Formats: sequence, structure tokens, C-alpha cells
Amino acid sequence: MLRIENLHASIAGREILKGLTLDVKPGEVHAIMGPNGAGKSTLGNILAGREGYEITEGSVRYDDGDLLGLEPEERAAAGVFLAFQYPVEIPGVNNTYFLRSALNAQRKTRGEPELDSMQFLKIVREKLAALQLDDRLLHRGVNEGFSGGEKKRNEIFQLAVLEPKLAILDETDSGLDIDALKTVAEGVNALRSPDRAFVVITHYQRLLDYIRPDVVHVLADGRIVESGGPELALQLEEHGYAWIRDRVTPEAVA
Amino acid sequence: MAALLDSLAAGFDGDGARKAALDAALRDGLPGPRSEAWKYTPLRALERRTFAPVEAGVAPFDPALVADIPAPRLVFVNGVHDAAHSDVDALPDGVSLVLGEADPTPRDATADTRPGDDVFANLNAALARTGVTLRVAAGATVAAPLHLVFIGAACGSDRAWHLRHAVEVGEGASLVLAEHHLANDAHRHLDTATLSLRLAPRARLRHARIHDAADGATSFLRTDAMLGEEAEYRRLDLELGTALSRHELNVRLEGDRARVVANGVLLAAGKRHLDTRLGIEHVARDTACELTWRGIGTGRGRAVFHGGITIHEGADGSDANLSNKNLLLSAGAEIDTQPVLVIHADEVKAAHGATVGQLDPDAMFYLRSRGLPADDARRLLTVAFMREPLGVIESDALRSALEARLDAALASMEDTR
Repeated sequence: MLRIENLHASIAGREILKGLTLDVKPGEVHAIMGPNGAGKSTLGNILAGREGYEITEGSVRYDDGDLLGLEPEERAAAGVFLAFQYPVEIPGVNNTYFLRSALNAQRKTRGEPELDSMQFLKIVREKLAALQLDDRLLHRGVNEGFSGGEKKRNEIFQLAVLEPKLAILDETDSGLDIDALKTVAEGVNALRSPDRAFVVITHYQRLLDYIRPDVVHVLADGRIVESGGPELALQLEEHGYAWIRDRVTPEAVA
Repeated sequence: MAALLDSLAAGFDGDGARKAALDAALRDGLPGPRSEAWKYTPLRALERRTFAPVEAGVAPFDPALVADIPAPRLVFVNGVHDAAHSDVDALPDGVSLVLGEADPTPRDATADTRPGDDVFANLNAALARTGVTLRVAAGATVAAPLHLVFIGAACGSDRAWHLRHAVEVGEGASLVLAEHHLANDAHRHLDTATLSLRLAPRARLRHARIHDAADGATSFLRTDAMLGEEAEYRRLDLELGTALSRHELNVRLEGDRARVVANGVLLAAGKRHLDTRLGIEHVARDTACELTWRGIGTGRGRAVFHGGITIHEGADGSDANLSNKNLLLSAGAEIDTQPVLVIHADEVKAAHGATVGQLDPDAMFYLRSRGLPADDARRLLTVAFMREPLGVIESDALRSALEARLDAALASMEDTR
């Protein structure tokens, strides 16, 4: 589904990703862990199409097409979704209106019929109930005045409504208390399916107690330096990122 | 002598105070290059143009223009009252409406004016023969908006007209006023208007003005409002059209706890030049002003905003808030914004902010990452940005109607970009 090969990317002349390779198949959940500044958020941003990054080498294939050549809205219509680490507040743009416009724009691009407001509201009610989200939030501006937890849950709510094929969660756990974390994880787990893949970017192992990954990768200094099963996350938790640095640095030098 | 002033004075047939106002206008001439008040609105091109007085009789126009504007409604075409399209038979109790002879007494010049700065106010005092005088009796509450419609229609040559209005809202009374300035077709007329507002203690006035005149039109408007104790004035200005529009909005908060909320939108697309100059004066104690303005500069448009707030000595406890944010959407457009806060009292709260920028790239990316095409995302953000001042209108029906007008103007702006 997603095949990243030897990706090199820089921003403002500074290289952030230095040969990242990753292969994600449908139905899989991949966790990407790593210290601050390793390039985790850069990876999410590049996959979603944020401007400002220069790709100097390597490729990203998605569903057998070149992902990097697509506009952000084309990626969304093709099924790519990024849950933002810092969801943007947009006063004056109604949350529901925005989400329905976005869903219908995606459907239009895919040649599917657009949903009328009754059909859309039916979907919204189902997903809201599952995420225990206050429906008053729907009538406010996008993320306007939301608490940190509400913003993150709103991201997962959008994810639930838009039903992407590849969901990238960029530190969705940051700033959440344990109850909110569980709610978010339950929302994600409910969406797991054989044809949907997740890339879960996180700094801490905690989230992975609730969202059980198939593969755990360690991203350090712009590359995946270690991959393994869920036990890798526990080792990281125990030893810290310095442990990885000690293990990989000699090889990198050699 | 400027050709403009000669041509306007040619229609003069008055005496007394009118003659004095005309003499002052001709003596001072147009504002000179040193005038701070007119610095960003040069009149060189206008100076050379000439305008003939409007002839007697009502010019024909397309009645569809006023079809959606309910009664009570008063219609003027090229400055001439059109009784056939007006409907003021069912004026609410306590409201008196008089059409006719305007009071030519010139308004007080503001303290720091230079000769020429008030030329259009003086011309208006000299040349305006009519206007609307509206009085709301003490205690009367008028919930349904009274609509004033001003239509410009082509009629062979460029014309000029002048209207002079006065509104008095009695003690504890309330009124909702909606002004519509509309174009029947393409024309290059000029109009001046002055509006004198007096709000008695505890009076409330809600006032919306849509200025959507012809692309070739020129308008000079001056509003002078006086607010008594605990009076509240809520106002919205939508500047959506004209080649040149200058609005001087002066509000004196003369009674304790008087409050003005004056918001507006300047949509400077095409070759429009839109100039709004606020002069808010806190004279009494615990008075408040809240001013939220949004502007767009696109094409070769120019938006000029001056937010002047003066807190006079003794006006302790005053609270002043001014926000002017602008989007500059093309390289050929220009935005000049200038908040000016002068404080002579202690114990006041005052905040002001003025920005000129582009649409937030983070917000653009967020919307696009959810599937909205770039043009849709831009439109959504622009509409949201420009709608913010409309929050001043409490009536849902009136606000929806104004939103629709604004949205239509924003949509047509995209075509001219």
C-alpha cells in the first residue's frame, strides 16, 4: 500500500530525512517511535503533502502510484489522512460544514455520489456516539476554542467520517490524559480493518498499550534504525532512546 | 479652481447658511497634499471631472432591485425620492418620517482639520436640498428594520446629488435601520451624503449599511453620531462597490456608559478605492467602543482604514477595542491601515491591532489535507475572515441577508481577480 524507499528530504536547506525506507501493507498498524528531532513529524507532513519540503532523493509509492506528485487534496481523495499533531483553529468555518464539504469533495473526485445533509448527519451521529464527542463541538468553528483533548478527538472523528485507507497519526497521544487517550485509542481500534493501514507516530510507548502495533520502527536521525514487534517499544521504554543511539551509531560510522 | 468644484457649484441656488457653506468650500478648495486626513485618497483624477446637477423627475430603474427589500421602505433614485417604489404607509407607532428641506447648519469641524478637509461636508451643507428626517419617540420600540434604498441609475451624463439626513432616537427608544446603496446599471455619478444621529439616554440604534454602488461611482459620506447616557449604537458597514468611496464615521460618546459597536468590511477589488475613517470620541465616563474591521485588497484595489479613537480628559473607565485585519491577495493591490489612539484620561482600557497578510498557510494545508480543493479552501477561509464583523448584527434574518450579500460580492470578486 505504502512503499517509501531511501527518502531524503530537507527543509530550508537542512536535511531531515536521510534515507528512510518503510513498507506498509493493508491492514497493518506500524508504530514509528523516535526521539525529538528525529524527523517523525516531517514524515507525516511529507506524506500528507505539506509545502516547504524538498525531496532530494528516493520515492514514495502509494497504491502503485507516485504519492509525491499529488496535491494534498488529491492524496486525501486517494485515501491518505493525517491526524495533525497541532490541529489548526479556523474561526468562522463551521466544523460540520467543513467536514461535509471535504467528504463530498473527496467523493466527487472518486466519482462517487455526494451525500446530502440528511445522509451526512446520519454518519456523523454514528461516529460521534462511538467517540463520545460532544455534538455541540460540531456547531462551532473548526477546532475553535477546543481543549487539547477535544482537538485530538476531533481529528479521530474526522478520520472516522472520512474513512481513509491510510491513516497517519502524528503524536495524537501528546497532551492527552489517560481517559482521553483510551477514547482515542478505542476510536482508532474500531476503525482497524483488513484494507486500512495505520502509521502511528509517537514519542512514548504509552499509546501502544492501547493501539497494538504489528510493527514498531525506531526513527533516529532521519532513518529507520531498528524495526521489530511490539516488544521493541517496551525495550525502548525501559532503556530510553540512548540505548538505540549506542546500538546504531557504531554501524553508522562503519 | 478645480473643474469639479465649479461644476458642483453651478447647481447652487441658495442663500444664507447655504451660501456661507458654499463660500467656505470654494475658498478652501480640495484637500491639499499636506492633508493627513486625505493622504491616502488623492483626488487629482476627480478634480478634473465635472458633474451636472440631477434633473427633476425620477429616473427609471429595474424594480427587481428592490423586490427583496420589504416595507417600510423609502426609495431614492439619483437622489430624488421615488414615491412609487417607496412604502411607508405602515410606519410603526412612535416613528415620524419627514422628507424635505434639510437643515444646512454645518456640523462642527473636528479639532485637527485643515482647510479643505471638510470640503465635501461643506458642499453637502450648501447643495443638499432634501433628505430623510426620522424621529423615534421616547420609549417607542421598533423591531422591524426600516429600509432606506439609494439607487444610482445611468442618465446620459455624469450627475451629482447631495442628501442630508437626520435620525433622532428618543429616550429609551429603539430603531433598526438598513441602508442599501445599489446600482441599477453602469454609471459614473457622484453623491455626497451626511447623516446626523442623536441617541438620547438609553436609546438603541441598530444600523446596517450596504454600499454596493456602480463600479464607476464616487461617494462621500459623513456620519456624525452623538450618544447620550447608556445609549447603544450597533452598526455594520459593508463596502462592496464604487470606484471611490470615502466614509467618515464620527461618534461622540457624550453620556456615561454610552457604547458603540461599529464593524465593517472593505472589499477593495478591481480598481476600487475604499476609504473609511473612524473618529470615536470618548467624552464621558465608562464609555465603550468596539470596532472590528476586515479588508481585502485584490486586483488593483486599495483599502484605506483610519481608526481614530480619542479618550478625552475625564472619560475615566473608558474601554476601547479596535481590530483591523486585512488580506492582501494581489501584488497590484494596496492596503493602508492606521490605528490612532489618543488618551487623555486615566484608568482606561484600550487595545488596538492592525494587520495585513495573506491567508494562513497552515489553515490552507489543514483544509486541503481533508480533501478540499485549493480554490474551495481559499474561498472558505476568505468568507470566514470577512464575515467576522457581521456578528454585530443580532437579528438572524438581517444578518443572513447581509451574509448573502457579502458572499455574492466575494464570489464576483474571484471573477475579477
